[in-house]
Amino acid sequence: MTGPRMMSTPLSAETALSLKSGEAVLISGDIFTGRDAAHRKLDDCIREGRPLPFDIRGQVIYYVGPSPAPPGKVIGSAGPTTSGRMDPFTPALLDLGLKGMIGKGTRSEAVVQSMVRNGAVYFGAVGGAAALIARSIIQADTVAWPELGPEAVFRLTVKDFPAIVVIDAFGNDLYRTEPPKYRRESRR
Amino acid sequence: MREIDVSFVSTAVKGLFLKANTSIGQDVYNALVTALEKIEESPVGRRVLEQIIKNHDAARATGMPICQDTGMAVVFADIGQDVHFTGGDLVQAVNSGVEQAYSEGFFRRSLVRDPLFDRTNTGTNTPAVIHTRIVRGERVHILITPKGFGSENMSAVKFLTPAQGPEGVRDFIMDTVKAAGPNPCPPTIIGVGVGGTMELAAIMAKRGTLYTVGRRNPDAKYGALELEILEAVNNTGIGPGGLGGRVTCLDVHIDFAPGHIAGTPVAVNICCHAARHAEITL
Repeated sequence: MTGPRMMSTPLSAETALSLKSGEAVLISGDIFTGRDAAHRKLDDCIREGRPLPFDIRGQVIYYVGPSPAPPGKVIGSAGPTTSGRMDPFTPALLDLGLKGMIGKGTRSEAVVQSMVRNGAVYFGAVGGAAALIARSIIQADTVAWPELGPEAVFRLTVKDFPAIVVIDAFGNDLYRTEPPKYRRESRR
Repeated sequence: MREIDVSFVSTAVKGLFLKANTSIGQDVYNALVTALEKIEESPVGRRVLEQIIKNHDAARATGMPICQDTGMAVVFADIGQDVHFTGGDLVQAVNSGVEQAYSEGFFRRSLVRDPLFDRTNTGTNTPAVIHTRIVRGERVHILITPKGFGSENMSAVKFLTPAQGPEGVRDFIMDTVKAAGPNPCPPTIIGVGVGGTMELAAIMAKRGTLYTVGRRNPDAKYGALELEILEAVNNTGIGPGGLGGRVTCLDVHIDFAPGHIAGTPVAVNICCHAARHAEITL
């Protein structure tokens, strides 16, 4: 395996299309957090015709609810949460220009189809590697809905955030392609 | 009879949650290192294991929580029947210990007061889920786990007919594991409770996730079934992080209880690789 590819946000259409399922990346730049409660509120904005609290075009959303920042740190532990819970809200965000998502776990067929249609990428971060990932977050600012606590939308400035391209903009899905290679028959 | 002031319980519970959330057990750590050095073949799987191990080192070094999901607080208390608690309410004392740990440790508080109609955070990560047993003697054993919900969400309970036997248990566990795929943060530890009633099976399954890696059920037939299922789970190819590989599960622990002639409840509780727990005897 070659070294990880350095990349920065926001994601251009060209970069998004060039990323391949299975590629390890180190992400630098600004990303936005959002999980269950924030997605519900983003969805409310869309349905009610109100603007989103940040310009989503070309951006990357990280599915995370960080632990509180201890003294002297910008953020607490901050690993990915299960992405599938955000699936019902995701195609609408992709249609508005969202280019990347970071999380863990499988995505629905509807999300994958929308990613292909919109040229977007799904990155996997290692679930549970939360203290390690926190080291790559150098700034955290609240963007919207501070009342949601850890579920608020934060802008995170990251440097060399470690991730893997799990589903690329062509719908290639590492969760589907890799496990069969290591499957074995079991005795019964 | 022995008197124990409940403030002693609070202090113990606080210490256990502070420790469990920031420092993984040596058995789990060693199993992860063995998986990386001796077992895992997949390059992506190895990359995931490396990050998991580095994360444990980072958490221990900095006192940051291993995972941002510092879980729902689950407390098993085995209370000697000759103990008399003094100085206050035992349940309040346990919750106070949890609250203090989550505040002082800068752990995420992940509980809402009502799951359906008022999803307001309780602000304290309490109430804890407390399972008490009355046992002989005048000691109190406390075992705690901050249970993360990525894996809890992938757990399941089913009622088998008695005729389905060990094959039925195995098939249900495998169905649960395959449906879970990458979501519970593999490599996992799987706790299984067989027999009793629905809630007894579930409590046995939860306890099963807390046994030391490598521990076998002392009943040889169950011990063999544990190993058989462990092998089958690892043969799914799901792998570390679900990104493919030979290490999907670090261990399977099955406990059983006498069952009704008409039915066999089976509970499968999945724990992520951040299998955090700590215990103390007072």
